[in-house]
This record gives sequence, structure tokens and C-alpha cells, in this order.
Amino acid sequence: MTQTTNKSLNPLPLKERMKLARQHMPEQPPLLRAANFKEVNLGYSEELARQEAQRCLECAKPACVNDCPVGVKVKEFVQLIVAGDYMGAAAKIREDNVLPAITGRVCPQEDHCEGGCLMGKKVTPLGIGYLERFVADYEQRNMDPKNIKKASPSGKKVAIVGSGPSALTAAGDLVQKGHEVRVFEALHELGGVLVYGIPEFRLPKQIIREQIDYMRAMGVQFETNVVVGKTVTINELMEEEGYDAVFIGTGAGLPQFMGIPGEHFNGVYSANEFLTRINLMHAYEFPNYDEPMVDFRGKDVAVIGGGNTALDAIRSALRLGARKAYVLYRRSEAEMPARKEEVKHAKEEGIEFHMLTAPIEFLADEKGWLRVARCVRMELGEPDASGRRRPVPMAGSEFDLPLAVAVIAIGTSANPLIQSTTPGLATNKRNYIEADAMTQKTSRRGVFAGGDIVTGSATVILAMGAGRRAAKSIHEYLTTGRW
Amino acid sequence: MFKILHAEFIAPGIKRFVIEAPRIARKYQPGQFIILRLYEQGERIPLTIEKSDSQKGTINLVVQSIGKTTNLLNSLETGDYILDIVGPLGKPSEIEKFGTVVVMGGGVGTAMAYPTAAALKKAGNRVISIVGARNKELVIEEQEMREVSDALMITTDDGTYADKGFVTDKLRQLIENGTRIDLVLAVGPIPMMRAVADMTRKEKIRTIVSLNPIMIDGTGMCGGCRVLVDGKSEFACVDGPEFDAHRIDFAVLVQRNSMYRTAEQKSMEDFQRDHEVLLAKIRESEAECALQGAGK
Repeated sequence: MTQTTNKSLNPLPLKERMKLARQHMPEQPPLLRAANFKEVNLGYSEELARQEAQRCLECAKPACVNDCPVGVKVKEFVQLIVAGDYMGAAAKIREDNVLPAITGRVCPQEDHCEGGCLMGKKVTPLGIGYLERFVADYEQRNMDPKNIKKASPSGKKVAIVGSGPSALTAAGDLVQKGHEVRVFEALHELGGVLVYGIPEFRLPKQIIREQIDYMRAMGVQFETNVVVGKTVTINELMEEEGYDAVFIGTGAGLPQFMGIPGEHFNGVYSANEFLTRINLMHAYEFPNYDEPMVDFRGKDVAVIGGGNTALDAIRSALRLGARKAYVLYRRSEAEMPARKEEVKHAKEEGIEFHMLTAPIEFLADEKGWLRVARCVRMELGEPDASGRRRPVPMAGSEFDLPLAVAVIAIGTSANPLIQSTTPGLATNKRNYIEADAMTQKTSRRGVFAGGDIVTGSATVILAMGAGRRAAKSIHEYLTTGRW
Repeated sequence: MFKILHAEFIAPGIKRFVIEAPRIARKYQPGQFIILRLYEQGERIPLTIEKSDSQKGTINLVVQSIGKTTNLLNSLETGDYILDIVGPLGKPSEIEKFGTVVVMGGGVGTAMAYPTAAALKKAGNRVISIVGARNKELVIEEQEMREVSDALMITTDDGTYADKGFVTDKLRQLIENGTRIDLVLAVGPIPMMRAVADMTRKEKIRTIVSLNPIMIDGTGMCGGCRVLVDGKSEFACVDGPEFDAHRIDFAVLVQRNSMYRTAEQKSMEDFQRDHEVLLAKIRESEAECALQGAGK
């Protein structure tokens, strides 16, 4: 077993490292991938991974670790890659992150670990996400599930509501402390937004299944088809089914519409429905799968919004044969919340970006099918509450954009199912659950919450950070009994 | 996996299932529905629960063969399993003492109107039921409805049983006879519910309909089931499935339900061609689950 010591294992002198650019991630060529749902990025080879790992400057105070919401020991795992101990690197990541194959693919690394990387100031930041993905995939290919350790039982039971990133993280951390952990999922498949929201070409379902199987081997129990708030309430879980604590990680599931005329026409989708049909229900494989989708072939499709969800939707439409695929965003590209790599990939694939543009009305044919989006151009005014410059419609700038399908990806809000069936659970005025930012405790004793149901739509890794904090304070609560 | 404890056809193309689903049976209230999926490649479809037995942990579904999934479901027998069932979903029917309530069931909708009729009767209402079907063979739940109704009227489109005509003819007669009606509940095909709504709107009789738009998750997540209520979008899965009939835009409901017509026809052709293969697929996954010790 290789130990990380003060002495670097890296054969390259620091000066040499600073001259090297990031190793390119092998990917499917744009024209090829725009016609299939296979993963865009192909992953580093062992050789590429080691070469990339050698670029790490091994900072004394690594910003990457500090900037990671779950505190992955980046420097240490990268050194283990340099040393060729990939399983050791995987174990090192798993100390802080139970879903490495997922974060390695979908984390906005530029906002976290790679954002403050010193190499970024010299050349390009270390490819931390790519390395994490390499290690996680290597582990998956080489591990023996029999070697996964189970903690000795604590005698305490925890119910986890939801099976998205915050829920899985909390479950993984808690089961390692010996608690009996059962995850309740409303849909028929596990993974929450990872499954219904993120398309195959960015996060293959197989990867999610493997990560969940790993958790199953760790001892986590899963029950699908349970809508907490309908099938069973939080009170019933605690009072009748004997759960000592509950973690609510249900996400922000309600789709927002724009409230403009014509949103009910056929061909206008919420991003949630559009992506759920494609991802969860495999509508892109119709008729081998039963769930249908509008036939996009030769049609013009637009998504409204500038986040990862918007890009996931429009790139899916392109893969389903759309003739023109547009992103309509009311601000400018600088304000787009999507991951940079996704924007780059989308552009390479031929998605057209129409910035400072917003629809104001949808018009349909006589059968109620979308025909045109009436749009308006925007300009940026003073900064708004989000700190971003507020888009203001320009007078007289209306124009008609012919469209067969429009996907509305302007965000989501809180599903009220649990709040309305759990007496004493405090919520804020937007109906998100109130939880302490450090402990994730809610107003109800023994009930914790984290992820989008507390913060509103955010990222996978921020939800995981909340799951991690919740697991820590749930463990504390279960062992001390102190609230 | 959810075990089918009993399955039998109660009319041509209409089958009743008694299914082991203890969690759902325990929480079910009249008016609520479930969503099911039959096999790995299957779609999710909503179906209203006919009744439940919380002691035995069972729910009943009454299913009419219409598309691929319902046809496939109706090919399943006692002892088979359903891969996924989630529920109970949607808001329960509003049950209180209204006075005189007219409960109208059209076709298979009668099985969905029945539990609410029973609850309304139990709450002390005078229940007048009107049951309609295309012909004699398709009249269902007659005995059940009779038990929970103060009066029961039956119509068949072709006159092969009871009175020839439509359920709305009976409703018109009641109104014309000066019967005091405090509430109408109508469950059936969209044209029937729409006709009832048009009739009672003029009379200012409060009318509730149970809608069945296209759904996926059934928990408010996708918004596919949105219906226009007073011009505003509401989700049938969480805000419904029952709505004030006078506030519903039925034209939009019809338009949205037609969205996948072509695909639905294709699926139906596939069903007709590959019926045996699909059934084998379901039984295969049942066997797989049995091997894993029923999994969940």
C-alpha cells in the first residue's frame, strides 16, 4: 500500500509541470455523438490519467480540497494516481464522496475544485473531475463487492426520503456508521434527478446503477414506489415503523412554467416532463420502450433557459433528429449557469444559442400543436437580487420563431407533498423546508433535510455536501440523543 | 412486485383485479388512483382504485382494454405479478353531507364513481346513481351501485338493457322533474363529462368530474397532466384528479390527450402482433423477481 508522504512521488520537477497543458479528454466526435445517446466523454486511459496527475503542484494549502463541498482529499488521491495505486486513490475519494463516478462526470468542477487550482493560473487547471472519473471507473472494473466492509450494527434506524444525490450521500455515510438505513423512492427507479434528469450521454444509467449496487453491498436498503406524504407519512415512519431519524432529500421537483399564453399547447413541455420521458422512460427508444415522445425528426425545437437542464434537453432533442435546435436565454452567455464543458459540447454539436431572447407567447395551429414562439429581445440592466444583470425587454423587438416543440427549463420549485403532511415542519415562504445550514436539522426533532428541498435548485455536489453534513449530525443525534 | 390475488373479467374487455398492496390499501381514500408499470420497457399509466381492504392489504382495479398497456394488463391472471404500483395518488374525493347527490358513471367510469358514491352515502347523502353503458354486456357494478344508492337508473346506448339513451337523458329528467340536486359527480368518457357539465352549468348545480389526462410520475413532478382550470394550469395528479366541471377547459383536455395518438396506434399494433412475446417478457421478470426472493 502506497503512503502519501511529504516526499513527492512525482518524477516531474515543479517547473516542468507548469509547462504542461491539461490532457485532452477523449470524446465522441461532435457529428457522430449528435446522433446517438452514448456518453460524450470516453474517459482517460491509465496513461493519460497518470500524465494528468503528474501536473498536480501538490500545494501546501490546496484550494481544491477547500473548495469541494464534500471535502474530497484531492491532493492525496491524485498522488496515489501518480504512484499507480488506483484502488488506493478510489478508497481515498470514498472517504468523503460515496458517488465518485457520478461527481466525476457531472460536477461543475470549474466552480469548485478546479476553480482555485494554481495550475489554472499558469496553464489550465488540473483535470480533477476527469481524474476522479478515471479512478471511480477503474474501481468499478476491478473491485470485488465481497471486499466492501459493513460496519457493526448500531441498533438505530434511519429513513431516507428520496434517492437523489443528497439522499444517497446521507445513506452512504450513515450506513458506514452502522445504522440501519432504508431509502424510500417515489419512482420505480433509484437515483432521483440523476436518473430522470440527466441524459445518458452525460451520465449513463449503468453508472448510477453500479454506484447504487455498491451502496446496497454496503448494507443500504432501498424501497421504490413509495411517495412519502402519500404512501406513508413522516410521522408514520417514526411512530409506527420505528425510524429514529429521517432525512428528507426529495429535491425541488415541481416544474415552473412561464405563465405566458399558449403553454398548454401540444408540443410545449416542462423540462422535467421532457427529460423524464427520455431518461427515466426511455422514450428515445420507442417503440422498444412504450413511453412515446413527439417525433422530432425534421422539426425545429427550442429550449428556454440557460442551465444544465436546458442543455440536457436541447441536446436530447438534437439526438432525436431535430432539424434546428435552439437555446433561448434571456440573459447573456456570461450569466448562463450551465457547466462550461456542456456549453462547449453543445456548440460543437450544432446547437444554436440565442442569447438575450425570451418567448412571450406560444401560438398553435388549429389542432392545438405549437407552431410559433413569439419572442422578444432583451438588454441587460442593473444587477438583480441574484447579482446578475437584470434582463429588460427591448421595445419593438418582437419576432416570431417557428417551432414544433418548446421545452421550458427555467427552474423548479418545492413539491409540497411532505411539508403539507408533516405537522410542525417549518417551511419558508417559497415552501422550501427550513433546515440549519450546518446541521441540516429541521424544526421537527429527529427530522433532517438537505439538498434542493432546502436550498432550491442547485447542483449535484452541493446536494451531496448537504447530505454529508446531515449524516454527520444524524449520527451525532443518534449516538448522544441530544437535539 | 405486486401479486394479483384474483383477476376476472366482469364484462367484455373489462377486468377486475384484486392486488396485494398493503401500503396503498392502508392509505387509500375514495377518488384516489395508482400508477403502474408492467415490465421493464413499459409505460406508466394511472388507474383509479375501485376499493381497498386495509385488513387484507389489497386494492381493486377495474381495467378496460384500450391501449397496449391496458390490453397487456388484462392478459394477466390470478397469480401473476405487476412490476410497479405506486399510490395512493391524488386528492381524495370531497366527502361531506351535501344533501342529494347524483353520481353518474359512464362505461368503466362507473367503477371509479362507485367508491365515492359509497362514501357519500355513508356520509348521510341521498344518492341517486345513473349508470350508463354502450350495451347490456358492458353495464358493470350494477349490484354494487344499487347497494349504495337510494335510487339507481341505468341506460344503454342501444337499449339492450334498461332504458335506451344516455346518462345525460336521465339527469335532464331529474332536473325537469324539479328534483333538488346539491351536487353531481360524473366519471366517464370526456364527451359524457363535458355534456354533464354543460347541462348543470345552466342549472348552477355544482358538478365534480374525475379527469384522466396523460401522466408520468403522478407526484407533480412533470406537469404533463396539466389541465386548464379557469384558464390557469393545474396538475391533475396532485391538484385533482377531481375538479369543478364548470371551470375545466374540456377542449384543451381533449387536445392534450391526443398528443401521442400516432404512437399509441403503433403500440397497439405491436401489441396485436407480439402479444405472446410481451406476456412472456412479463412472466420472465416475475420469475426473475421470485428468484431474488421477491426483491423488495
